[in-house]
Amino acid sequence: MLVRLRQPKREVTIDGARTVNQLLDELDMNRESFLVIRNGTLVPGDGRLDDDDTIEIRPVVSGG
Amino acid sequence: MSGSKCRVCKEPAIIDLPRHNANFCAEHLLQLCRRQVEKAIKDHDMLAPDDRVLVAVSGGKDSLAVWDILVDLGYHADGLYVGLGIGEYSDTSYEHTQAFAAERGLSLQVIDLRAEYGYDVPTAAKVTRRVPCSACGLSKRHLFDRAALDGGYDVVVTGHNLDDEAAVLFGNTLRWDVEYLSRQYPVLPARHGFPKKVKPLMRLTEREMAAWCIVRGIDYQVEECPMAIGNKHLAYKDALNAIERQSPGSKASFYLEFVDKMAPILADRSQAATGDLHRCAICGSPTTGDECAFCRLRERVGGHDPVPVELVLHGKARRAYLAGRQGAEG
Ligand code: SF4
Ligand SMILES: [Zn+2]
Ligand SMILES: [Zn+2]
Repeated sequence: MLVRLRQPKREVTIDGARTVNQLLDELDMNRESFLVIRNGTLVPGDGRLDDDDTIEIRPVVSGG
Repeated sequence: MSGSKCRVCKEPAIIDLPRHNANFCAEHLLQLCRRQVEKAIKDHDMLAPDDRVLVAVSGGKDSLAVWDILVDLGYHADGLYVGLGIGEYSDTSYEHTQAFAAERGLSLQVIDLRAEYGYDVPTAAKVTRRVPCSACGLSKRHLFDRAALDGGYDVVVTGHNLDDEAAVLFGNTLRWDVEYLSRQYPVLPARHGFPKKVKPLMRLTEREMAAWCIVRGIDYQVEECPMAIGNKHLAYKDALNAIERQSPGSKASFYLEFVDKMAPILADRSQAATGDLHRCAICGSPTTGDECAFCRLRERVGGHDPVPVELVLHGKARRAYLAGRQGAEG
């Protein structure tokens, strides 16, 4: 799947289907600090991501 | 697809909220957010139904969400945006704010620091040799106070959420800063020529506010202010989120129980701390000196040539900023 990251903007490709929580754990990203979006819609922690998905992992923490 | 169901309606969920030990669909996530805001407003007497409300908007998720929620709840709320001149970050923040207001037919007032006062945040930081957030915070506070009083608003709303307040509380507690702790409350009553200020998002997390925006189709500024990267506030938030991950609900109890249990105990101290105030000789705002801090800053830094953002960034913030620009160009 194609994963879009922010702050700053960048992209990585990850092979194989997995859940949102599995993906965040693998990337060492705290579930409390991110949301996962697919086609403009939020995907919950146990939501399944497929190999041909394009998703965004959006950080929600701001420091202002 | 996903197995989890909304706690309220049993339709497929779009978000898991561990602190509520439940999942929610889009509609019921919005309902939860509205109810938390209504509860905050009611518990702390934040707003009256016919108040004229001025929302301090930055173009980020929290200020656009609080504006959206208040309008949704039927409040008369206008926005004020202050152009800080922080390079591309400020340009896109303004575009998001402007588009949000225009799409909804909301009234937005804009004050540009450089156009109207002859300086911007990076220049002020360079000239005063202090951290950018110091000149930035001072300028925003002053301009929001002024605009509220001049425009006849009853109250200023800011988008501070549960994570913001918990992080500030964490910092104040690490230092046992009794003075700051005694003033940390989601409502600041009007006093001595300062408007009333309230934080209706005090019961909602950053993750919930980002989710509100995504569900409502609000296109907000996702990128971070380049000045914020690597600051202490972010380090406190990371620490609290690490605890929250292990023990959901910790942030909410840390901050909300403070407001319920500790703030009343500390309240006596903060009343004693109000100094002697009179009017600023230049702008008329309340101040303890002859001239207010904003006018002194403006006299000192106004008219300087603009300083580019990267010249006031150091360490991690500078590396992140330069890497981001390279990414944007390449
Ligand atoms: S991080 Fe600092 S400089 Fe940036 S907007 Fe916030 S207060 Fe201003
Ligand atoms: Zn539902
Ligand atoms: Zn003044």
